[in-house]
Amino acid sequence: MQKLLYLYKQKLALTTLIVVFFLLMVSFGKINSNNTINSDYSKGHKLILPQGFSALVIAEVKGRPRHIAATVKGELYVKLKNLVNGKGIVLLNDENKDGDYEEVMAFGNFPGTGITLKNGYLYASSSTEVYRYKLDADDRVIDTAKPELIITGLKAGRQHETKSIVLDNENNIYVNIGAYSNSCQEKDRGLESKGMMPCPILDSAGGIWKFKADKLNQTYADGIRYATGLRNVMGLDWYTQTNSLYAAQHGRDNLNSSWPQFFDTKKSAELPSEVMYQLKQGDNAGWPYVYYNHLEKKYIQAPEYGGNGKIESKEKYAEPVVAFPGHLAPNALLFYKGSHFPLRYRQGAFIAFHGSWNRAPEKQLGYFVAFVPFQNGKPSGDWEIFADNFSETATVMAPREAAHRPCGLAETSDGSLIVTDDTKGTIYKITYTGK
Amino acid sequence: MFFLFSSFNLKAQQNGAIVKKMSLKRGQIVYNKYCMVCHQKDGGGVQNLNPPLINSKYVSGNKMQLINIVLKGMNEPVEIDGDTYSNPMPAQAFLTNEQIADVLTFIRNNFENKASVVTVQEVKMQRSKK
Repeated sequence: MQKLLYLYKQKLALTTLIVVFFLLMVSFGKINSNNTINSDYSKGHKLILPQGFSALVIAEVKGRPRHIAATVKGELYVKLKNLVNGKGIVLLNDENKDGDYEEVMAFGNFPGTGITLKNGYLYASSSTEVYRYKLDADDRVIDTAKPELIITGLKAGRQHETKSIVLDNENNIYVNIGAYSNSCQEKDRGLESKGMMPCPILDSAGGIWKFKADKLNQTYADGIRYATGLRNVMGLDWYTQTNSLYAAQHGRDNLNSSWPQFFDTKKSAELPSEVMYQLKQGDNAGWPYVYYNHLEKKYIQAPEYGGNGKIESKEKYAEPVVAFPGHLAPNALLFYKGSHFPLRYRQGAFIAFHGSWNRAPEKQLGYFVAFVPFQNGKPSGDWEIFADNFSETATVMAPREAAHRPCGLAETSDGSLIVTDDTKGTIYKITYTGK
Repeated sequence: MFFLFSSFNLKAQQNGAIVKKMSLKRGQIVYNKYCMVCHQKDGGGVQNLNPPLINSKYVSGNKMQLINIVLKGMNEPVEIDGDTYSNPMPAQAFLTNEQIADVLTFIRNNFENKASVVTVQEVKMQRSKK
């Protein structure tokens, strides 16, 4: 009897083991089915995408491709940070439909980041100016040698000098003018250097300016400061659902290196939040006086302005729509308009995160494209990683270890998502295959 | 006599090697605390923002110029291999002469650089020049 009981116990233990093992298998399978590696291995690129999505490398572009705009015919205008043979914009096309995009032409003698296409014009920015090119019915530039200069004389420091641009549906153009400073300190990025009060930068930078899209030679006097207190916005898009401007900001750096008595390296890696805003005219996001803390969901007084990492701001500032962890560097924002992707992606926001550097000595993060689901003009769920592993390595300690860094986003007329990488110049096309 | 001289020389060299080794060790600690956040663990810097220290003429070149960058900071265009780097470097004059000598000796002998040590005396001299 005793022996029988022993055997029974053994059998029970074995069954339990099998059941646990089976459950583990199922749960691993579940993880796998949510995040499959579904990519173009032939070229050694290893993006991790949700089930049913596939990524292809469609081009390698020299000159550090930044933002990108897709035409009605599926061609791609790419803005280059560095001139290549004296040109700062390239047009890519897949003429023979083999999946590889080739350069059709290069033009524009100015380097930069911003490029967008709307109402028969291609708009592109240098660090100080915005130009536009008239397009034909196929969205091809009619005269590459003669762009119209629509905005000139914008402030550009050595940092945050790029000008992201986007149009609304009433022919206004919004231009990010980044603050040429980290936190408006007397000695920029210096140890315990106080903030200037009031911050003199904000009169002509550290915000979004609004101009007419069809008026030539505009200067600051012709535009309005649409929103202020934004350190540097690179992700900028107009959301037709709410008929409003959305912006993703690069938050301030160096909390630990400037203020080691208030912030250890861990806290400095996680803060401040990278914030996405819906901006109305007159909004103020608080830079340089405050920063946002996504863990506590509140604005905190900046250490340059009397803060110590704990004191909550007394002033009211623009309410974040989404707050991401620190230093991920949102370089592009795109609301998905098409119907090619499954229902939950439609009208939602994609954000290209360039990846961090100011998290050292902690691990660097970012180097992915995130997604925020939207319904009725508001986020309907938490943000998630959509396309991961641009770095092609599990851990990035220093940014140079990342093989690729997402920088620009575009949606083609067939609903594919295009992602640029400004490290190797790789252009990816993400489609939904359902497989 | 010659033998005596060369043995003295050898001893001095050995002492020099030990001094350098200790300076490198201290220099790495200074680097990790004050420099790594921008110039990164691998000395590779950050694309567009913070210049790399790897195989750099700024690092292995003129010592006085290099000491000055640490003492006074640097806010001028840096172009390396067609890329520009735009973040300003704040002055690190709060570091002691020894810390500066150590960290510069460290970067001049790491990240694919091979250059002479920086001495406390050299930093002191440069700091006294206003």
